[in-house]
Amino acid sequence: MKEKIFINARIIDPSQNMDEKGSLILNDNGKVKAIGKSAKKKDVSPDAEIIDVKGNILIPGLVDMKAFVGEPGYEYKENFRTLSHAALAGGVTSIVTMPNTKPFIDNVSMVDFIIRRGRDKASVNLFPCASITKQSEGKLMTEFGLLSGRGIIGFSDVNKTIQNTELMARIMDYASDIGVLIMQHAEDYELSKNACINDGEIATRLGLEGVSTIAERIIIERDLTLLSEYPCRYHINQISSKQSLEVIKKNKNNGKKFTVGVSINNLSLNENDIGEFKTFLKLSPPLRLEEDRVALVKGIKEGLIDVIVSDHLPEDEESKRLPFAQAATGAIGVETLLPLSLEMFHNESLPINKIIEALTINPAKILKIKKGSLSKGSDGDICIFDLEAPWKVDASKLKSKSKNTAIEGRNLQGKVLMTYLNGQLAFKQ
Amino acid sequence: MAVKKNNTAIRNTPKHLLGIQNLSILEAKSILDEAKKFIKLNRSDSKKLDILRGKTQINLFFEPSTRTQSSFDLAGKRLGADVMSMNMDNSALKKGETLIDTAMTLNAMHPDLIVIRHQDSGAPNLLSQKVNCAVINAGDGRREHPTQALLDALTIINRIGKIEGLKIAICGDILHSRVARSNIYLMNMLGAEVNVIAPKTLMPKAINRMGVKSFTDMKKGLDGCDIVMMLRLQNERMQGSFLPSRREYYEFYGLTPEKLKYAKKDALIMHPGPMNRGVEIDTKLADDINVSLVKEQVELGVAVRMACLKKYCK
Repeated sequence: MKEKIFINARIIDPSQNMDEKGSLILNDNGKVKAIGKSAKKKDVSPDAEIIDVKGNILIPGLVDMKAFVGEPGYEYKENFRTLSHAALAGGVTSIVTMPNTKPFIDNVSMVDFIIRRGRDKASVNLFPCASITKQSEGKLMTEFGLLSGRGIIGFSDVNKTIQNTELMARIMDYASDIGVLIMQHAEDYELSKNACINDGEIATRLGLEGVSTIAERIIIERDLTLLSEYPCRYHINQISSKQSLEVIKKNKNNGKKFTVGVSINNLSLNENDIGEFKTFLKLSPPLRLEEDRVALVKGIKEGLIDVIVSDHLPEDEESKRLPFAQAATGAIGVETLLPLSLEMFHNESLPINKIIEALTINPAKILKIKKGSLSKGSDGDICIFDLEAPWKVDASKLKSKSKNTAIEGRNLQGKVLMTYLNGQLAFKQ
Repeated sequence: MAVKKNNTAIRNTPKHLLGIQNLSILEAKSILDEAKKFIKLNRSDSKKLDILRGKTQINLFFEPSTRTQSSFDLAGKRLGADVMSMNMDNSALKKGETLIDTAMTLNAMHPDLIVIRHQDSGAPNLLSQKVNCAVINAGDGRREHPTQALLDALTIINRIGKIEGLKIAICGDILHSRVARSNIYLMNMLGAEVNVIAPKTLMPKAINRMGVKSFTDMKKGLDGCDIVMMLRLQNERMQGSFLPSRREYYEFYGLTPEKLKYAKKDALIMHPGPMNRGVEIDTKLADDINVSLVKEQVELGVAVRMACLKKYCK
């Protein structure tokens, strides 16, 4: 591989507190050799490839902590190849994949399969999760130690919650000893039974069963209480409400160590967007009120929320073309994660480095992976984007196999121009 | 053949009756005016018209129904349409066919009207996007039951002469009731003041956002009301415990002659049926023709549905 130098870039790398005009040099192994103002053309060999970024922004490749890839079992919704294309087109170079495939990723042989399959078919860095409990049934814990040894990055029952408090206590106790990451979806099933939407005006008008914010808060409060006793690496996958944020604030201020994620959907949409039964906006956790959305954005600003995820959940049209209560839950989002996040910069609710931080170094730190940073010696995973370029979301042009975007027709500002993976060009607009 | 192009355009954009929420006040009033004309016809010896002759009406009922289904059936027949009633309880859906598949199949038979009842809120909306004919909502989940609200309005107008300025109480299982939602929209639209009365567990969280006053106490809620609409306790939609017992419910929310005294002196009672006698309403009160409009509601239901079929079948 030839050396590469990216010139005329505005480099934003929150891992180094960097936001400056300069260059980035990759060595012949695709690793970062020099970055920033100090990186000069004279530092590279004469035959190095010169890439003129033309004043656009250069950031570390994004790390998406929550995406679903249909393999194995749901290849008709998404596969490694299509997910990779979508991710790279969105500047995402590292993806944490969810274990709710068919069969479940809850045993060692499945992990071996998924890693081999990913290596052969995917063109992004994959970090597979295994389920916390067998079949995500919330009954028996999986082999945390063995699975981690085979390359599992963390444990999540995806959109299912461990209801049994005793089991959750044991999981956290056991996990605290061997140091694995537990990622919880917070939802009390008794309170969310049959629910498919926020419990509010829209649920009342549309005649749909609503889930109140209490269902989320009560699990967060329970888990954080357990965490005092069993201090494991605990992460809340996605929060959706102001009330949850208040609980998180109180606990973080008390010095408790845990991390929190939020879906880009909950940061950019509210329950009114559901209109008359738009099933593509049926999400879990559900879209809530505008005041919740605003609170979540503020939560990122204040550092209460660490990570923004795409919660990429491809669903085929058939699963969505049903009455709202029966329709599948979830929306795709990995490709639009960055541009949609930039909306919060353009409407002046967040500084750009805060957004980039929640998409790069923060998830990498939680996962304990050497990604999300362009410090010297890092992998050459790079995203270059035009902060201003306007475009309109057109589902048919998105690269995912499924087209269930929640933001069809939305006008966005900011577009990924190029994505490099391990120093190689992987996507170009 | 020059007209054909125009016809196609109309066929592609039929109007549907999906709910009162999507209805304008003019449309509501035109249906009610039209329905008034049919009341007399329905009471005469010769009830048959040929307004919809040659038209096909399919009644697609995914939920069991007696009065609504027979009412639509009769309404279509009296207007001269060919009516086919499909009981979807034991049909293709059990074989895994989706609502959309069923819709496409039926659509291929070129119906002019589909009347649908479905257990899921929003099912008629979905259907209306996929078929080329008019869709009439005969009740979807807990969302809307527009023809019930229209027939309730017609019943009130027929008896009292107007709706504007009246105070109407809707009492009972508001949470699970599509009748309540449609009536709230329509009565508000026609100028009435609406009170809803229910135990807290059967009251939707954001009901006050729909322009009503909510009460948990019948005495307060019925105060000054001209009309008392009682709702059925929808046991089939209740999962888990919403109430301690039917006995306790009757004690606090069952309409008895004593509780009716809280309302205006000549207050009238309505009920969409079927009634749980002795649960939400005293059985004698329900049959008292001086105060109960229940039978009239059923009668005028046919007239309202005839007006709807006529209006939407184009």
